[in-house]
This record gives sequence, C-alpha cells and structure tokens, in this order.
Amino acid sequence: MITLTEVLTLSGLLFSIAVAGVFLNRKNVILLLMCIELMLLAVNFNFVAFSRFLGDINGQIFVFFILTVAAAEAAIGLAILVVLFRERRSIDVEDLDSLQG
Amino acid sequence: MMFETILFFAFSAVLVGAALGVILSRNPVYSALLLVLCFFNSAVIWLMLDAEFLGIVLVLVYVGAVMVLFLFVVMMLDVNLEELRKGLAGYWPLAAAVAGLMVFAILNVVVAKHLGGLALRAAPSLPAGYSNTRVLGEALFTRYAYPAQLAAVILLVASIAAIVLTLRHRTGLKPQNVGEQVKVSAKDRVRLVKMAPEKRP
Repeated sequence: MITLTEVLTLSGLLFSIAVAGVFLNRKNVILLLMCIELMLLAVNFNFVAFSRFLGDINGQIFVFFILTVAAAEAAIGLAILVVLFRERRSIDVEDLDSLQG
Repeated sequence: MMFETILFFAFSAVLVGAALGVILSRNPVYSALLLVLCFFNSAVIWLMLDAEFLGIVLVLVYVGAVMVLFLFVVMMLDVNLEELRKGLAGYWPLAAAVAGLMVFAILNVVVAKHLGGLALRAAPSLPAGYSNTRVLGEALFTRYAYPAQLAAVILLVASIAAIVLTLRHRTGLKPQNVGEQVKVSAKDRVRLVKMAPEKRP
C-alpha cells in the first residue's frame, strides 16, 4: 500500500537532487535544462499523488498542462542553445556576459 | 498489498539513483540517457497511482520527443567538456548543504502529523469500471476546454519559435525558386520551327 507521505518524500528527494544538480553543473546549459526537467517531474509527482489521494481529477489536468508547457520550454530552450553555440562556440554560462558592458 | 509496496520502493530507488546519475555523470549523453530512465520509472509509479493516461503521456512526450531532442542537441554540439567541468568540484559541499536543507524542510512538511489523517490512509478505492482516460478527457474537454485551446496555441507558438530561431540563411547556395518554376509555360521553353527537309549530303 502506497501512502501519501512516501510519494511526497520521493518527490522532495527528486527536487532536492535537481537543485543540487543546478549547483554542480553551473556552467553547462544543457545540464541546467535537464535539472529543470527533473524539478518539473518532482512537482508533477506532487500533483498526481494529491489527485489520487484526494480523489480529485483536477490535479491530473494540471499535470497535463505542466507537461505541455515543459515541452514547449524544452523546445525553445534547446533552440536558443543551438543559436548560442553557433554564435559563441561555447555553452558556458559564464561566457554570457555581453550585456555587462 | 505488500507486493505493491515493494515494487514502489524498488522503482523509487532506481528513480533516485538515476536522478543522482543525471547530475553526477561526466558525459551529457549519459545524463540524458539516465534522465530517460528517470522518466520511465516515474511513468511506472504514476501507473501504480492509477494515473494511467499521464504515465503513458510521460513516456510518449518526454522519452519520445523531449529527450530525443536533448540527445540530438547534445550530440550535435561539439562541446569541450573538460572546460565546462573546470572549477566546479569545489561546489559540492554547497550543493550537498542546500539539497540536505531542502530534504530536511520538505520531510518536515510531509510527515504524518502535518498531513492529518490523509498521510497514512489508503487511497480512496476507485469505482468498478473506472477509466482514468475517460474521466480526464471529460474534465479536459468540458471545464478545461478553453485552457486546452490555450495550451495548443502555446505549443504552436513554441514550434514556430524554435524553427525561426534555428533558421539560417546561408550564402552561396543554389536553392530552387518555386515561383519562377511555376510561372514558366511551355512556349517559353520550346520553339517549334517549320523548315524544309534537308538532303543527306
């Protein structure tokens, strides 16, 4: 029998791992995008779990929309990344300082 | 019942391990493949939580589209990995501290006494003949019809934006000019002449 606490704990672990990943891969934009995907997955876990345990379908509708927006975000983010690499030959976040003057 | 719990913990363990692999792996290709493993395990756990439609959508959309896009970009860009990892090793205490703090805070929130009776109670049993897809579809196309349209527009905008961003005009190519080709008629190309037959010398 799965309880709500177990699912929420799993989701919290996943989110914390993703936050640690943002610190550890601070320079690589591709890995930063992957960490954001992991965070969104953790958030979706919460929605699915509460939807199941409260018997309310609206949580799953929200997951549906989050998946949509996350797919759009990944597509545009990777397109920007490709253009960035074409211009600068680098995907290091620290190289993105041309607005600094 | 016991078997379900064991399955849940097994898949959760693989999920957490794969997530750790995503952030610790040296090669972005391995990271992307481990993230695919994460999504598969999440889909299984969602299936166990009776969210069948979303579980399948997660596999189809994330593994089938988003992660293939990630893999494609990772393999297309010729990135110097050593350069990107330089000077980041010193950050692991900070990362561990922040992650530990977050785990501590989240665990404090989700312990049984804050969730009331909800925490340890079994999920409400589903009526016979319950179809997750049907219930989801009924909600999506009635109460949420307008947001669904907006989501469709967001996807359209995103796909057009991605195409426009990566489009580039290279010089020196010899592309077809379709307009010119369509405009041409037969009499511009072939000229029929009448002439007397000639004798073989």
